[in-house]
Amino acid sequence: MDTAKAVTPADDASASQEAIKVEDLHKSFGKLEVLKGVSLTAHKGDVVAIIGGSGSGKSTMLRSINFLETPSSGRITIGGELVEMHADGSPSNRRQIERIRTRLAMVFQQFNLWTHRTLLENVIEVPVHVLKVPKAQAIKRAHELLERVGLGDKADTYPAYLSGGQQQRAAIARALAVDPSVMLFDEPTSALDPELVGEVLTVIRDLAAEGRTMLLVTHEMKFAREVANHVVYLYQGCIEEQGSPAEVFGNPKSERLKQFLSSVT
Amino acid sequence: MTGLLDSLGLAQSAELLSLSPPGWGGNLLRGLSHSLQIAFGAYALGLVIGLFGAYGKLYGGKVTRDLLAIYTTVIRAVPELVLILILYYVGSDIINKISAAMGGGRVEVNGVAAGIWVLGVVQGAYATEILRGAIQAVPPGQIEAAKSFGMPAFMTMRRVTIPAMMSFAVPGLANLWLIATKDTALLAVVGFNELTLETRQAASSTRAYFTFFLAAGFLYLVVTLCSGGVFARIEKWARRGQPSLKGGSR
Ligand SMILES: Nc1ncnc2c1ncn2[C@@H]1O[C@H](COP(=O)(O)OP(=O)(O)OP(=O)(O)O)[C@@H](O)[C@H]1O
Ligand SMILES: [Mg+2]
Repeated sequence: MDTAKAVTPADDASASQEAIKVEDLHKSFGKLEVLKGVSLTAHKGDVVAIIGGSGSGKSTMLRSINFLETPSSGRITIGGELVEMHADGSPSNRRQIERIRTRLAMVFQQFNLWTHRTLLENVIEVPVHVLKVPKAQAIKRAHELLERVGLGDKADTYPAYLSGGQQQRAAIARALAVDPSVMLFDEPTSALDPELVGEVLTVIRDLAAEGRTMLLVTHEMKFAREVANHVVYLYQGCIEEQGSPAEVFGNPKSERLKQFLSSVT
Repeated sequence: MTGLLDSLGLAQSAELLSLSPPGWGGNLLRGLSHSLQIAFGAYALGLVIGLFGAYGKLYGGKVTRDLLAIYTTVIRAVPELVLILILYYVGSDIINKISAAMGGGRVEVNGVAAGIWVLGVVQGAYATEILRGAIQAVPPGQIEAAKSFGMPAFMTMRRVTIPAMMSFAVPGLANLWLIATKDTALLAVVGFNELTLETRQAASSTRAYFTFFLAAGFLYLVVTLCSGGVFARIEKWARRGQPSLKGGSR
């Protein structure tokens, strides 16, 4: 990881502090406007929790950041680099978006591991084939990462033979293997049985503690309050309120946020 | 040994089927070898057409999709025997026209190449549909994950989509292979000396119809059985990582 860091070009001082900057992001599916002008900045080392009711646009916002959804309009800047967009919001420079995506690692609600590959093969896939890391080096690193998420003995197992919690931890190892500058989590624990949630949250908590930049969509309010340093509340495609966890959870101003918080806790 | 065959009245058959003349066994095996060459070639061509066809149908523009719809519909609607006659005569006609236009003479169309072309086009239509269904059965999340890590589209196809769809495609593709081996028999109508034509010739010159057609049937059966074994292994490989329905371990 440290060696990989050393190869990335030294960022210039001010812009480098902004890991992700989203400006006036709009997204419609047909007639349905799901995001109505969202702006958000995450600095290096920030852990931003995104909360909100079902259908409020949390996933859409997160997925727009790496262009898994094509925004309708807006500006997205990743690590100081503005993503070039066509007028219709689709990325206009395929190379650029592919390069940027390698720095944004996504962890999905449904894990989305490649089922025909073992955990080890899952973890080395992107480093070896996309980032062209020498295979031996990638394998060594993959073993370290699997060890770190508590799956050191499962390297040669296929995902289908693992519990949801184990699969999600493997997905986190896969994301870490690209040494991402930002990690995007979309409800990483919502598909898990209650007794498996804890093991995944422990891994994410560790990552937060070591200063990783993360955007985290979650329904785990206690967890958000504990690990995030910034909380964003989305309501029907707009940011209704944002601030430090103490402010948002301890002293919510908007009526809707108050209602939301009382409904989920 | 000879005594046993004699007593069963099979001595004559054994003689007829012996590999060296005056036996016709060598001819039959040569026919089989031609049949297999064509089946292999046509199958491979069909898979390539099928892969492009499937991707074209799923991700192509409107014109591409319409053309592919016409292709798969027409090929699957018209009886194969008719298609073979059409494709064979149209194909050789076009080649001769081109040759004449360039000032050349009549071209003798190579039988194996013509067979591969004709059956390959037929196989391609079925392969397109099999592979299209298989690609659609791949969980979209797996393709999305590849995309989210910056994997380019072609690499995603090669590293994620194709391996993941294999388990859905293999049973259909195994069927298609067996059809390919048997469809080669239809090429007899255009005078190509594959197994069926060789058999018919041997049978009519010796009047031993039963012996030769039984032998040919046996050869087709052997091909089918061997293919079954090979495809069982391929399927097992394609299904790696998927717990079997019967339970048990990897
Ligand atoms: N591909 C799509 N096509 C059409 N509508 C969509 C699509 N994806 C999402 N939507 C709609 O956009 C809205 C926001 O969806 P989104 O998934 O972003 O919500 P969410 O905040 O993540 O909700 P949840 O907590 O249930 O995951 C919903 O009304 C949803 O129906
Ligand atoms: Mg969601």
